[in-house]
Amino acid sequence: MSLALRDVSRTFNGTTAVQNVNLEVQPGEIIGLLGTSGCGKSTLLRAISGLDPEYDGEIEINGTVSKEIHDTTGFIFQEPRLLPWLNVLDNVTFGLTGSRKDKENRAIDYLESVGLRGKEKLYPRELSGGMAQRVAIARALVTSPEILLLDEPFSALDAFTKMQLQDLLLDVWKKYQSTIVLVTHDIDEATYLCDRVVILRGQPGEVEKEVTIEQERPRDRGSEELAHLKSEILESLDLSKQ
Amino acid sequence: MAEQQNNVTAGYVKPAPSEVRGKKASIKKKKDSLVKTVFMGSIIPVLLIIIWEILCRAGVVPSNQLPAPSTIVEKIISMAQDGSLWGHVWITTYRVLVGFVIGTVAAIVLGSFVGFYKKAEQLFDPMIQAFRSIPSLAWVPLFILWLGIGETSKVTMIAVGVFFPVYLNIVSGILGVDRKLIEVGKMYGLNTLQLVKRIILPASLPSFLVGMRSGLGLGWMFVVAAELMGASQGLGFLLVFGQNMSSPETILASIILFAIIGKITDWILKLVEDRSLHWQDRLEK
Repeated sequence: MSLALRDVSRTFNGTTAVQNVNLEVQPGEIIGLLGTSGCGKSTLLRAISGLDPEYDGEIEINGTVSKEIHDTTGFIFQEPRLLPWLNVLDNVTFGLTGSRKDKENRAIDYLESVGLRGKEKLYPRELSGGMAQRVAIARALVTSPEILLLDEPFSALDAFTKMQLQDLLLDVWKKYQSTIVLVTHDIDEATYLCDRVVILRGQPGEVEKEVTIEQERPRDRGSEELAHLKSEILESLDLSKQ
Repeated sequence: MAEQQNNVTAGYVKPAPSEVRGKKASIKKKKDSLVKTVFMGSIIPVLLIIIWEILCRAGVVPSNQLPAPSTIVEKIISMAQDGSLWGHVWITTYRVLVGFVIGTVAAIVLGSFVGFYKKAEQLFDPMIQAFRSIPSLAWVPLFILWLGIGETSKVTMIAVGVFFPVYLNIVSGILGVDRKLIEVGKMYGLNTLQLVKRIILPASLPSFLVGMRSGLGLGWMFVVAAELMGASQGLGFLLVFGQNMSSPETILASIILFAIIGKITDWILKLVEDRSLHWQDRLEK
């Protein structure tokens, strides 16, 4: 599914958080929105998702412009946001419709792929942070979203879990060819995952630069090219530069 | 991928036999701790009752003022044997339950409106808050005047007493639902009704149950007031009857019966609470 942003701005009570963002995303592309905190990355993502309809400009999803929430869009939040009164399985089936049996089978497939098979009956309070975030990932993926929006989904996790889940995301992407928009402040994450990194800067945030990463996947986290890209991105993010 | 998944799973998955054993052990532990709780909780009451009995038998306290525990128990047993006990207990419990149900339902309806709609909050909440500051017992004469001294006025009073704590807790429960969870629901395209049913209600359930329990407590308080005012049957009537007959054992028997059924009904609600809120991440002492 394609996605296009045209002159998107968002103002909160007179303060502009992000302005004049233009972006074309091809179907199946992984886009990273990178920037320091407060430059409007998450604001932009919430506008795309439809959770925040108060923006100016146009957002076109698969040829239609609307400010509604699309049922083909999935959102993975920074925190797991599991419903504490439902067990893992019911949390994953939360967004599904259809017969109970079908829903559960689908959910179990996805739990398998996030490595949580056998944990269906646990309640969120019994999960570690990484496990809870994996349940949240399964919950977002189980509806087979054509556009997947991720708001710093791995930022609260330890380095190892983070790497595992990044690989998991790539596996899922390979399988379903979803279009992914990833908000992050982790440059390594952006260069490892994305086809294109959009760098936002300033307050109000504006697009500073786009960096295309053509390297084949699977990428080597320690490769020289990625290190090179990282220093290029760091340079354009440089806070001393005005 | 497969290998990576193994890595992922290796840490936690597979409900090993040790986990099953752990479960059995925890059930046993639960039983032990229940016995211990009952034992610990009853040491002081039992001691006090024994001292009381001894003091009465030794004649330190005049028995026409404070009868011995054994006399009170005898009184209860004799009332149970002649059948009058069940009538009193039943009618009082019945009044509380009917009043409780009416008060709770009214609170749910109004509380949900006020919780969900800004307009309803602006319209109703100030008035309800103003009514709340009237001590509910002050309504008694008016209700008796309007509704007579029959069942209606008693049940109405109890319902009024139950209404306020339930209402306040429902409203604060609904207003306190985490916006982040509501966003999850919205992301899955739930409409308002589905949001209420699948997110707002379960999320405000803990607060609702707290309200029900304090409402029930007030219900028992109000049934006494209602029955003191004028009744021909019921535990509250027994209190007045005991006073008029200058038979303290009747009064004390009635008080003890109040304690017992009050505790039982609260325990039932507590059970419902534990059942429906087992998912809560609470401090376990």
